[in-house]
Amino acid sequence: MSEEKRHDGRKPNDLRPIEIKLGVNKNADGSCLLTWGKNVVLATVHGPKQMFPKHLSNPSKAVIDYKYRMACISTPERKSPVPGKRDKEISLVSGNALESAIMVEQFPNTVIEINTLIFTADAGTRVAALTAASLAAADAGLPMKGLISSVAGGRSNKQLVLDLDKQEEDAPDAVDLACAMLMPQKEIALLQMDGFVDIKETKEILKNTVKGIETVYDMQKKALIEKYPLEGEINE
Amino acid sequence: MSNDNETMNLLAAQKVKESLKSSKRLDNRDFNDFREITIEKGVISSADGSAKVKLGDTEVIVGVKINVGEPYPDSPDEGSMMFNLELSAISGPDFYTGPPSLESVEYGRVADRAIRSSECIDMKKLSIISGEKMYMIFIDCYVTNADGNLIDAATIAGMAALLDAKIPKIDENNKIIYGEYTDQKLPIDMKKIPVSVSFENIDGQTLLDPTAGEEFAGDTRFSVAVCDKNIISFQKGKTGTLSLDQINEMCEIAISKYDQIKKKICDLK
Repeated sequence: MSEEKRHDGRKPNDLRPIEIKLGVNKNADGSCLLTWGKNVVLATVHGPKQMFPKHLSNPSKAVIDYKYRMACISTPERKSPVPGKRDKEISLVSGNALESAIMVEQFPNTVIEINTLIFTADAGTRVAALTAASLAAADAGLPMKGLISSVAGGRSNKQLVLDLDKQEEDAPDAVDLACAMLMPQKEIALLQMDGFVDIKETKEILKNTVKGIETVYDMQKKALIEKYPLEGEINE
Repeated sequence: MSNDNETMNLLAAQKVKESLKSSKRLDNRDFNDFREITIEKGVISSADGSAKVKLGDTEVIVGVKINVGEPYPDSPDEGSMMFNLELSAISGPDFYTGPPSLESVEYGRVADRAIRSSECIDMKKLSIISGEKMYMIFIDCYVTNADGNLIDAATIAGMAALLDAKIPKIDENNKIIYGEYTDQKLPIDMKKIPVSVSFENIDGQTLLDPTAGEEFAGDTRFSVAVCDKNIISFQKGKTGTLSLDQINEMCEIAISKYDQIKKKICDLK
């Protein structure tokens, strides 16, 4: 693969700079403000709490109510505040991914509300939001099997790259693959792709994306340990 | 989610799991086989193109409507396409009529992505006047009997209805003349027909084209859309997880199913 520089000077498998702030929101049980390149996203967690209306609750587990939301001011043209099909689908698949990490069986008949709000969008918002949401859940002290770490990979202008920004995503041959994994178990919890690639390149993109996810996981872990210093050793 | 039919679904799931212990599906199908597919085109006379597809006991009806509208600012020389899927009480006892459920939105969008990223419709040919007028294709899918794997059924039916569609006549003001058709079909590239292949993962075993019972038994869905030897989209659904090896394997199985399903969609022998 060519080692050509990208338009913003990154190497093919470089991520944009990521900055994590935990516990930024006083009203929430857990929260995270995440800056990922130009993306800015706030994630908050409320709950587990009683679910209303009650008939929507589940007697065997907590319901994860995940909301992916883009602020009207997050895009060049004002985005309508009404959630579209895209927002609903992303909310569903992201909530599903988080459910694989949170021990929902421990809180039957309750709801865990996870809200994400994207203030500035520059491609890769669903993975940024999910990464932040997972940290907010950990910040809330929810029992979890692991963290959800997430990155998008793909192709832009014939080059296989990681963490595409908007300009790269708009390339005519762009392939966009969003992936989230339950870490450190390395199980794929979210996977979506669209583009036009042969199977060999698909596998290559998947492999690169998994590597990127490991990088994100390390950053998440570092942020958590910084806020909640550990005594003794970590058992993985 | 709690619903009236939950006990029945749990029992169905139990039966599936019991049978899988001896590596058998309840309908004796191979793990990587589709159910029988029948496609009937031109079933709705009021639509510009339509198809009824049966995938085992799953039944969907798709209609295509073509309208004239203004092109999007970022693609002034192109037509547009939209796929919508509706689940209602007609679909089965697990569904309710009302505002679109999250799962119907997901199914519709996955089918939409499969058709869109195949680029089988030449959108440039759907432009009427650059920046002013273009044809908009609306694909509406109604699930009339849900028995699993709605994504594949919807994608097959969507493609069949698109192939069936005729472009309506327009007057000098570019308004549709309802009920009158040109002899033109939609500009579809037969080499780029997309095929969607879905799997359900039940305790580590992946089953192609799951029935509703199998979907209740499993916790992870994976849908791959392929075009010849290429992957054009995929989506992991539900709350379970998958390994990288499982994903790679399912992608390869999907590619091996391409010819069989494409022939069905295009009416080839």
